Amino acid sequence: MTDSPLHLAVALDGAGWHPAAWRSEDARPGALFTPAYWADLVAEAERGLLDLVTFEDALGPQSAAPHRPDDRTDQVRGSLDAVLLASHLALRTTHIGLVPTVNVTHTEPFHVAVGIATLDHVSEGRAGLRPQIAARAADAAHFGRRTTPQLTDDDIRDPELIAARLRPLFAEATDVVEVARRLWDSWEDDAEIRDTATGRFLDRDKLHHIDFEGPYFSVRGPSITPRPPQGQPVVASLAHASTPYEFAARGCDVVFVTPRDRTGAKAILAQVDEAVDQVGRDVRDRPLRRFADLVVFLDDEPGAAARRKERLDALDGAEYTSDAAVFTGTPGELADLLLDWRTAGLDGFRLRPGALPHDLTALTRRLVPELQRRDAFRRTYGAGTLRARLGLPAPRNRYAQHG
Amino acid sequence: MTKQIHLAAQLPGIHNVTVWSDPRSRSQIAIGSFVHLARTAERGKFDFFFLAEGLRLREHKGSLYELDVAGRPDNLTMLSALSAATTRLGVAATVNATFNEPYEVARRLATLDHLSGGRTGWNVVTSFDAFTGENFRRGGFLAEADRYTRAAEFLATARELWDSWAEGDVLADAATGRFVRPGAGEFAHHGEHFDISGRFTTPRAPQGHPVIIQAGESDPGREFAASDAEVVFSKYNRLDEARAFYRDVKGRLARYGRSPADLRIMPTATVVVADTDEEATAYADEITRAQVSPQTAIAHLEAVWGRDLSAYDPDGPLPDIDPEPESLVLKGHSVFRTGRAETARRWRALAEERGLSIRELMIEVHGGQTFVGSPHTVADAIDHFVQSDGADGFVFATHLTPGGLDDFVDRVVPLLQEKGVHRPDYTGTTLRHHLGLAPRPRAERTSGNAREAS
Ligand SMILES: Cc1cc2nc3c(=O)[nH]c(=O)nc-3n(C[C@H](O)[C@H](O)[C@H](O)COP(=O)(O)O)c2cc1C
Repeated sequence: MTDSPLHLAVALDGAGWHPAAWRSEDARPGALFTPAYWADLVAEAERGLLDLVTFEDALGPQSAAPHRPDDRTDQVRGSLDAVLLASHLALRTTHIGLVPTVNVTHTEPFHVAVGIATLDHVSEGRAGLRPQIAARAADAAHFGRRTTPQLTDDDIRDPELIAARLRPLFAEATDVVEVARRLWDSWEDDAEIRDTATGRFLDRDKLHHIDFEGPYFSVRGPSITPRPPQGQPVVASLAHASTPYEFAARGCDVVFVTPRDRTGAKAILAQVDEAVDQVGRDVRDRPLRRFADLVVFLDDEPGAAARRKERLDALDGAEYTSDAAVFTGTPGELADLLLDWRTAGLDGFRLRPGALPHDLTALTRRLVPELQRRDAFRRTYGAGTLRARLGLPAPRNRYAQHG
Repeated sequence: MTKQIHLAAQLPGIHNVTVWSDPRSRSQIAIGSFVHLARTAERGKFDFFFLAEGLRLREHKGSLYELDVAGRPDNLTMLSALSAATTRLGVAATVNATFNEPYEVARRLATLDHLSGGRTGWNVVTSFDAFTGENFRRGGFLAEADRYTRAAEFLATARELWDSWAEGDVLADAATGRFVRPGAGEFAHHGEHFDISGRFTTPRAPQGHPVIIQAGESDPGREFAASDAEVVFSKYNRLDEARAFYRDVKGRLARYGRSPADLRIMPTATVVVADTDEEATAYADEITRAQVSPQTAIAHLEAVWGRDLSAYDPDGPLPDIDPEPESLVLKGHSVFRTGRAETARRWRALAEERGLSIRELMIEVHGGQTFVGSPHTVADAIDHFVQSDGADGFVFATHLTPGGLDDFVDRVVPLLQEKGVHRPDYTGTTLRHHLGLAPRPRAERTSGNAREAS
C-alpha cells in the first residue's frame, strides 16, 4: 500500500444523485435554489476535511436519459449556474476546493477562463474547473449558434460509441482548456509594478497576447484578470472512454473515472496511462491525479442503506443505476472498499452522495473518522492552495523568461 | 416634494480615477478590497455596488497601456461572492450584449438574483469594437448600427427566459411526487438576432427580472434607456449639462407609456471630503495631479491627436502639429472614439486663452472632482444637485481602493440622513425596493404546453 494521503472529493448535485432523493425524509427540496441550502452542504463537507466539492451543471434541464430532454415532473428539474454558486460559497468557507462544472461547447473560452480566474481570486487559491462538453443536441438550440450531434439510443449503450460520435466536441474542448491555461499565464506574477518613477502601473513586457488560433475559434488575449493565486486553477474532468481519457491526458490535472471494481480500476488506469503516453505528457513534471467516482448510500446498520435505496427506487419507479458503481453499505465497509480499490493505483475518490444531506453527513461524520482511525486520511487541513493539497507542483508560467 | 437620493459605489477597476501611487492604495483584484468597499457601501445604506466591464486590456500606440490600474474580475462571479459578504446591498454588473448569448446571461443573472435574495442589477452595454471581438468566438462582425437592435432583442429574449418559469413552478411536493409543474421553463424565441427554443434551467428569481441599467449617450442609446432601462448612468456630473440630459431622457419616457418615476438617472461622480472646504480643495488638487501624471497627460493628448507625442514636454505648450483624425492610437476605450478633430480645436483654443501647458490643460479638461468640501458642503451640494433635477442620485467612483468611500459614508451620509433625503436604514431586501421601482409582472408565456391547473 502507498503512503501518500488519500484524497476525497464529494460531488454535489441537487438533492443527491438518486432521482427520488428529493423525496427523502430529511431532504430540503423547497430550498434547492437558496444559498443557505448549498452553504450548509459545503460547510458539512469542509467539516469532514474533504479536498474539494464539485458542482454539477448543464446548459439545459436535467433529464433521465443522458442524450435527450424529457418531460418528467417527478424529478428535480432546474439548476443554478455552478461558477456563481461556487463563488458565492467561497466567502462562506475557508479551506475546501470549489470545482464547478462548466459547459465548454456553447460558452466563450475567454469568459470561462476569466470566470475561473475570478473564482480563484475570491477563494484565495481554491478554484477548479470541470470542463464538460454538451452531449445533448437540444442544448444547442438554447444558443442557436450551431448544432451538435443527436445521439441515438444505440450510441449511448457504449461509452466508446458516445465518445466517437462526440470526438470533434472533445477536440474543441481541448482547445478551450488550452486557451484558459494560456490566459491564466498571460499575466506574469509580477506584471503589476506600480512604478511611480516612470508612472507605470503595469510592465507590458510581463503581459502576453496568447494569439491562439485553432479550427474552432481564435483568442488574442491577454486576460483581463490578473494571474490567479494558484497560477493554474485545478482542471478536473470526468471520463469513461478513450477519447475523454485523451482529453484528460492533454489538459487536466485530475481525472474522475468510473470503475466497477478493483480489477476494473486497474484496467482503466492502464488506459489512462496509455493516453498519457500517447499525448506525450511527462507526469513527473505534470502529474495527473486519478480519482474513482462512486455513488454512495451509507447507514450504520448493516442492510439499512440498501433498503433505503430500494425505497427510493420504488418511489422513482425504476432501479437506480449510474455510470459509476453504486455502493450501499456501512461506513466501515466503504472504508474497506476505498482502501482496497486504491491499491489499483488511484489517488483518491469522488463520492457522489445518493441523498442529501444524509449520505454527505455519513461521509463526513462516519467514513472520515473511520479512515482517520486507519491513518488513511488527514486530521487537519493545514495551509495551502487546492493545487498544493492535491500534491500538484507550482506551475511554471509558459511566458516568463527564466535565467 | 423632497426627492430621496439614490447612492451607488463602484470599484473603478481601470481608468486614471484610481490613484495607485498613494501609499494607502491596495490591490484592485484581491477579494479583501472588494469586500471592504461593498461593506462600506452597505454601512452607508447604499442602493448598490457596481462593476463596470472591459473585455480587453486597452492598447495605446500598438502596445498594452501601462499607466492606469488594470486587471479586473469577471463581474458576475465577483458579485456572487460579494452577495455572501453583504445582506442588503444591491449588486449590479455591466454585461455586454454583443459578446454573450441571452441564454447564458439570463441564467447567470437569475442565479445571482437567487443567491443574493433579489439584489441584482444588469447594465446592458453595447460598446462594440472589432478590437474587443478578437477575444471571442463571434469575433467582431457586428455593425455599429446593429448594436442597439441586438441589445434590445437580447434583453427581450432574456425577459422571455426569466418569464418562462412562473412563481410557484417549483412544487417540491414529496407527498404527491411532483417536483415541478409541467411546461416550466419552456420558451421559443424566433427573431432577427436570436432564434432559440427549449427549456430554461433556472426557476423564477426573487426579483423576477433584475433591475435594468443603461449607460450610453447616443440617440439610440437614449431611446433604449427610455424604452427599457430602470436606471441610467451618465457621465454628466456638471449641473447644467446634467439637467439637460435629465430633461431629455425623462422626456422620452412618455413615448413608451412610462412615467419619469420609472427611471432613475445616476451620473458617475467623485467626492473629496475634509474637515474644511479649504483642506478639501487642496486635497482635491493633489488627487487630480496624481490622476493626471505627466505621462498620462501626454497619453491623453496622443489619444486625441492620433499620433506619437512622446517628444513633447508635458509642462510645455501644445504641439504645433495637427491631429491625425483617421488614426486611432487608443484601443479598447470608448472615450475619444469620435469627434477628435473638434476636441483638438477646442483644447487648443482653451490652452491659448488661458496659457496652459499640456498637463495643465489635461487637468483642466479631464481632472477635477465632482463634489469637494467639508461634509456639510458636500451634503448640501449633492442634495441641491438632486433636488434641482440634475440627477436622482450618483454612482461614486473612488480614487482610493478600497478605503476611498470611508470618509463619505462616515461623515456625509449621516448628514444626508439628517436632511431626510437618505434612508436611515434599509426598508426592504431587494434592489428594486431600494430604488423604489415597481416589481415587473411576469408576461404570460406565448409558447409552450398548456399549463396544468394547479
Ligand atoms: C457612465 C458610463 C459608464 C459606462 N460603462 C461601460 C462599461 O462598464 N463597459 C462598457 O463596455 N461600456 C460602458 N459604457 C459605454 C456605453 O455603454 C456605450 O456602449 C457607449 O457609450 C457607446 O454607446 P453610445 O453610442 O450610445 O454612447 C459606459 C458609458 C457611460 C456613459
